[in-house]
Amino acid sequence: MRGHARNAVVMIAIGAAALAAPWIAPAITTQLAFLWLMILFAVTWDINGGQMGYNSFGNVFFFGIGVYVCALVQRDSGLPYYEALFAGIVLGALAAGAAALVLGPAILGIRGHYFAIATLGLSIVAADVASAWEYIGAASGMAPPVYPGAIESRTKFFYYLLFALAALTFVVVRWLYSTRFGLAINAIRDDEDKAEAMGLHTTRYKVFAWCVAALFLGAAGGPVGNLVGFIDPRDLAFAGATFGVWMVLMAVLGGKGTLWGPVIGAVVFHVTQELFWTYLLGWQRVAMGVLIVVIVVFFPSGILGWTLRSRRHAVKSLPQARTQSAS
Amino acid sequence: MSAAGALLEVRGVSKRFGGVIANRDVSLDVPAGGITGLIGPNGSGKTTLFNSIAGFHPIDQGSIRFDAHEITRLRTPKIARLGVIRTFQQTHVYRGMNCVQNMQISTSQAGETLFTMLRPSSPAMTARAEALLEFVGLHAKRYLPAGELSFGQQKLLEFAMALMSEPRLLLLDEPTAGINPVLINGLVDRLKRANAEFGITLLVIEHNMRVIMNLASHIYCLAHGELLAQGTPEAIRSDPRVIDAYLGGR
Repeated sequence: MRGHARNAVVMIAIGAAALAAPWIAPAITTQLAFLWLMILFAVTWDINGGQMGYNSFGNVFFFGIGVYVCALVQRDSGLPYYEALFAGIVLGALAAGAAALVLGPAILGIRGHYFAIATLGLSIVAADVASAWEYIGAASGMAPPVYPGAIESRTKFFYYLLFALAALTFVVVRWLYSTRFGLAINAIRDDEDKAEAMGLHTTRYKVFAWCVAALFLGAAGGPVGNLVGFIDPRDLAFAGATFGVWMVLMAVLGGKGTLWGPVIGAVVFHVTQELFWTYLLGWQRVAMGVLIVVIVVFFPSGILGWTLRSRRHAVKSLPQARTQSAS
Repeated sequence: MSAAGALLEVRGVSKRFGGVIANRDVSLDVPAGGITGLIGPNGSGKTTLFNSIAGFHPIDQGSIRFDAHEITRLRTPKIARLGVIRTFQQTHVYRGMNCVQNMQISTSQAGETLFTMLRPSSPAMTARAEALLEFVGLHAKRYLPAGELSFGQQKLLEFAMALMSEPRLLLLDEPTAGINPVLINGLVDRLKRANAEFGITLLVIEHNMRVIMNLASHIYCLAHGELLAQGTPEAIRSDPRVIDAYLGGR
C-alpha cells in the first residue's frame, strides 16, 4: 500500500512537472518534447527486448510508418488541419500495428541474434524504399502542412501531444505487465522451449507484444514529423543509426526488463546527449560512443538493475553477517 | 500386447538423426491411471521417444495416439494443451521469475485466449500455486528467482509446474537424477500421490532401478533404439536380456 501511495505521488509529480515545463522553460520545449519521444521509444522497445527477450533493431520501422502515413493523410485527405492530424495519427498507429501483425509471425519465428539481424534489415530496407519512392517524396522528403498558429504554440501543442502519448504508453504497458500476458512474455524470454512444452500460445503472444509496441511507435510518428517540420527518410522516419540504436541503448542503460528502467535510461541518455551537444560540440559523437561502451561494460544490467542488485546484496548479506558473528 | 483404449498408444515409431537410428519401430501402451516405466542404458533412445511423443521433432515412421486422438503431427504447444506435459532431464524453468510466478504461468493453457491472458492471476490460482509449492517442499523458497534454486530444487519446481497444469499424462524424464539421495524417497512418494490423488497418468524415464521398480507397475526397456523387453518390475529385473543390456554383454 505504501508502495502504491509512493508510486502515485511520483506519477503526479512527474505529470505536474510535465504540464508546467513549457511555461517554465519555453526555450527547451522542443528538446523536452523529444524527451517524451525517447521515453516512448525505450518503453516500447523494452516490451520485446527486455520483457520478451527479442532484441529488435528494427522498431524504428514502425515509427517511420507512422511518420509517413500521418503526413500522407494530412497532404491528401483534404480534411481541416486538426482533423487531418488526428486521423493521420490514428491511421499511422493502425498501419504500424498491421505491419507488425503481418511481419510478426515470420520474423518472430527467428530466435536470438538472427532475430536482431532480421529486424535490422527491416529498417534498412524501409529507409531505402522510402528514399526511392516518389509518391512519398523519395530522398528529398516530405513537408507536413504548416501549423495554423504561432511557432511557440505549435511547439507547445506537439509537446503536449507527445507527452500524452508517452504517458498513455507507460500506463498501458504497466497494466500489460500486471496481467498473465506479462508473465507469458517473461516466460518466453526465460525459456521459450519450456513455454511451448507447457502449451503457451507463444507465437500469438509474441506477435501481440510487437503489435502493441508498433501501435504506439506509429502513433508517435505523426506528431514528430509535424514538430520537426520536415520528413527525411533516413534522418527522421527510418533513422536506424540514431533512433533505432538509441531505443536499445536507452533501455539497456536504464535496465531492460523492468518497468521504470527504460524511462530512467531515456532521461539519462537524452539529458547526457543534450549536454554533450552543448558543451562538447564537435566531440559529441565520440563522447556518446564512450558513454555507450562504459554502459555496456560496467553496467550491463543497467542503472536500475545495478541499483536493485546492490540493494539486494546489502539486504542479503545482513543475516549472513549476523550468523557469522553469532557463531 | 496392444491393450485397446490405452491413454497413450505408440505404434511402430522410428526416428533417425542422419545415420543414427535413435528409435526403431518402438511400440508401447500407457494405460490410463497407471504408472509406466521406461528404462534402458544411456543412448538407448528414451529421451528421443519422449521428444517424439511431445512433438519436439517430427518422426520418420509410425503413429502416436493420445486418448484416441492422432497427435503424431501436432506441434508441441498443441499437444501440451491436450494434457500431455513433459519435464526435462536438464531442468527447464523460467529462471528470471520467482517460483510463484513460474507456477502462475503454468496453468492449463487449454481454452486460454489472448483475452483471458489480459487479466491478473486470480487469488485462487495463486493459492493453488502456493499449495503445490508446499506439496513439493519449496514453499519457503517461493519468492526466490527460479534460477537461484539448486538443480534438484529446480527439478522439484518443474514437477510442481507440471502438476499446476493439471495434465492427463505426465512424461517425466529422470525425475530423481541430480536430487539429493535423502530426498528421493520423498519424491517417489509425491509421484505416487500425484498419480493416486490427482489421477495423473505417468510415464517415467528413470535410471535408478530401485526407484523405478518401486514406482511403476509396468516397465518397458529400450536398448539401441529398439524395444528390448517389457513386463512387470519382477519380470524385467530377472530378464536376462535386460541384465545383458545393462551390463554391456551382447
